[in-house]
Amino acid sequence: MNIVPKSSFVLSKRHLLGIEGLSREDISGLLDLAEEFVELNRQIEKKRASLRGRTQINLFFEVSTRTQASFELAGKRLGADVMNMSANASSMRKGETLIDTAITLNAMHPDILVVRHHASGAVALLASKLDCSVINAGDGAHEHPTQALLDALTIRRNKGRLEGLLVAICGDILHSRVARSNIILLNTMGARVRVVAPSTLLPAGIERFGVEVARDMREGLSGADIVMMLRLQRERMNGSYVPSVSEYFHYWGLDERKLAYAKPDALVMHPGPMNRGVEIDSMVADGAQSLIREQVEMGVAVRMAVLEALSRNFPNA
Amino acid sequence: MLTDRRPILLANARIVDPSRELDFPGDLLIADGVIREAKKGIGAAGVPEGTEIIDCRGRLVAPGLIDMRAFIGEPGAASRETFASASQAAAAGGVTTIICQPDTSPAIDDPATVDFVLRRARDTAIVHVHPMAAITKGLEGKEMTEIGLLKAAGAVAFTDGEKSVTNAQVMRRALTYARDFDALIVHHTEDPDLVGDGVMNEGEFAARLGLLGIPKAAETVMLERDIRLVALAGGRYHAASVTCTDSLEVLARAKQAGLRVTAAASINHVTLNENDIGPYRTFLKLTPPLRAEEDRRRLVEAVGTGLVDVVMSDHNPQDVEAKRLPFAEATPGAIGLETMLAAGLRLVHAGELPLMKLLQAMSSRPAELLGLPGGTLRSGAPADVIVVDLDRPWVLDPAELKSKCKNTPFDEARMTGRVVRTIVAGRTIYEHV
Repeated sequence: MNIVPKSSFVLSKRHLLGIEGLSREDISGLLDLAEEFVELNRQIEKKRASLRGRTQINLFFEVSTRTQASFELAGKRLGADVMNMSANASSMRKGETLIDTAITLNAMHPDILVVRHHASGAVALLASKLDCSVINAGDGAHEHPTQALLDALTIRRNKGRLEGLLVAICGDILHSRVARSNIILLNTMGARVRVVAPSTLLPAGIERFGVEVARDMREGLSGADIVMMLRLQRERMNGSYVPSVSEYFHYWGLDERKLAYAKPDALVMHPGPMNRGVEIDSMVADGAQSLIREQVEMGVAVRMAVLEALSRNFPNA
Repeated sequence: MLTDRRPILLANARIVDPSRELDFPGDLLIADGVIREAKKGIGAAGVPEGTEIIDCRGRLVAPGLIDMRAFIGEPGAASRETFASASQAAAAGGVTTIICQPDTSPAIDDPATVDFVLRRARDTAIVHVHPMAAITKGLEGKEMTEIGLLKAAGAVAFTDGEKSVTNAQVMRRALTYARDFDALIVHHTEDPDLVGDGVMNEGEFAARLGLLGIPKAAETVMLERDIRLVALAGGRYHAASVTCTDSLEVLARAKQAGLRVTAAASINHVTLNENDIGPYRTFLKLTPPLRAEEDRRRLVEAVGTGLVDVVMSDHNPQDVEAKRLPFAEATPGAIGLETMLAAGLRLVHAGELPLMKLLQAMSSRPAELLGLPGGTLRSGAPADVIVVDLDRPWVLDPAELKSKCKNTPFDEARMTGRVVRTIVAGRTIYEHV
C-alpha cells in the first residue's frame, strides 16, 4: 500500500468522455502514469490506497466482459469500493429513462461512474446530469477512449514511440468507436493512420478525419508498422454490409499472406473479442507478431492511470 | 467439334469495325483464332499457305455480336433452352457472345454456379457464354451476393434479371460494395408496385383492349431513384432495358452529370410498338412492355446518338403452353438471339439508324462495358467475326429457328439482310448458303 507513483500527472478534467479534447501532454501523461501501473500489476502486492473511501459504479448498458472486468480490477487495486450494474439487472429494463437513472445514482453519491451505452452521446448526456466524474467505457459508434489509450501504450512499449508510425486500422470502421478514438489519438500523437475497409464499412466523410483510405489490404497494409484489426459484428456479415464471412475473410481477413504486405516487423492488434476466421486468422492472432494478449494487460494499467489522474483533480482530493 | 482451323481470308469485303468507326473495302485475315489484320489488298499472295480464301464481294464483315441480355434455361429449365440450343440460335443470328442472366434455378448467385455455367457452356455451346451473377442472394432483393468472389469466378456483371431491387438501402450498399471491385451493376428498372397487375403499356390502346396498363412512370421512377443512388455511392450502373422518352431524359441528365451510367434497349423496343400487339398477340407481351411509336422513335434516335449504349436481344424463350393463353395470363418474353441483327437492319434500311451505330450498340459498346476482348477487328483481337449479306431478302419461318422455343415477335416477318457466316475463335461455326 505504500508504493507511490513517481508521476504526479493530473488530468485537469472532471470526466473522460473521449480522446477528443485531450492534448498531446494529457495523453503522454496518462501513458507515463500507466507505465508505472504496469510494473505495479506485475508484483504480488498490487494494492494502492489512492481511491480509498471512493465509490466507483460500473454502469454497463451493453454487455462486456473484458472492459468491465478491467475497470473493476483497476478500481479495486486503487482501493475504491466498486459496484457493477448491468443493463439486464437495472431498472432500465423496467422502463426508467436514462436521466432518471442518473438522478437515482446521483443520490447515492458515487465519485466515479464508468459507463458503457449502445447509443452515441448517451455517456455525455449522463455526465451532464451527474455531480461525479464520468468515464466513457464506450458509447455507440462514437468513442472508447480507454481502448485507444491502452492501444497507444501497447504500441509505445513495443515500438518505443507513436510519432511517425504508420498504423493501419482495418475492418468495420463505420460502426467502430475503437476506430474513432484511435484515429484521434494517433493523429494527436503524430502517427500516420490509414483505414482499410470495403466502402460499405466506411463512414461518409472519413477522408476528412486526417486519414488515408484504402479499399484493399495489399494497398492498405503496405508499409504499415501496426495492423489493427476490428471486430465485425455477426449481423453485418451476411449480405447487409458485406456478402458473407467467406468473402470478407478472403478480401479483408488478416492472414499470413496479407500480413506480409505490411513491414516485416509489423505488429498485430485487435481490441477483442476476436472472430477467428472472420477478420483474423488464428495463425496471425496467436503468432509471433501479435500483441493481442499484451493489449489486455495494458487495459488494466491504463484504466488505473485514468482513475488515478482524474481522482487527483477531485474537488476534495 | 473439331472443325477446320486453317487460316481464313475474308476477301473483297466491306469491312466495318465499330470499335474504331472504320468502314472500308478490304480483306480480313484470321489465323490461330485471332484477327491478324484487316486492310485493303492483303490478297491471296499475302496469306499463309493453306489459307481458306472466301470471296466476300458485296458482303459486310464485322465483329461478332455480343448480346448483353439473354435468358437461358440452364440450370433448371433446359426444356425451354439449353446453352447448346441458344448458341445454335446465336450463331445463326451473328451473335458470338451470349451474356446469360442469373434468374435460373438455382439462381446464379454463388461462385460454384458461375463455375457450372462456364463449364457447361464450354462443353456444349458453340459461341462464347458469360454469365451475369445475381446482385442479391436468391434474387430476393435482400442480401447482396459475394460480388468479389463471383467476379473472380467469371461473372461479367451483376443483375437480378427481370426483378428490380426495390429496397433502396440494399441497392445503395450493392452499388457501394461493387465499386470496390469495379463491378458493373445492371438493373431492371420497373417498380413492381406501379406495374401491379398491368400487362401492357398504359394508354388508349390498353384501354381499348380492356387490358390493365403499366405506366411509363413505373420505369422512370425506379431509374430516377437509381441515378440518385449512383450519385451517392459511385460505381458503374447500367439500366438493363429502357423503353420510353422520360427515361431517356433521366439518362441524359445522369450522363451530363458525369455519372458512370449506361443503358440498353431491347431489339423489340427499337423495332416494335404497342400497336403491334394487335389482336392480343402474346408473343409481343414483354417486360417492360412495348411502348408508343413516339417512344420507339426516340429510343432509336438515342441509340444513334449513343445516349442508349447497347441494343440487346432480351432473348427469353417461353413454351407454347406459357404463351397460348389469354394475353393477361401469358408469360412475358420473346426470343431474339437469331433475329436481333436482321431486325436491327430494318432500322438501317429505313434510314432511321446508321449501320455503324447499330453495330456499336450490338458489339463494341457491350464489349467495353463488360471488359470483354471482342467487339473489334483490331489485330490480335479474338477472331469472332460475322459475314452478312446486307441486302438479302427473306421471310422468317419459325420452323427454321434454332431456339427450342419459337415465341418470336417476328413470326413470318419480312427481313432484309442475313448472316451468311459466323466465325468464333477462328472457326466457322455457321454458314448459310
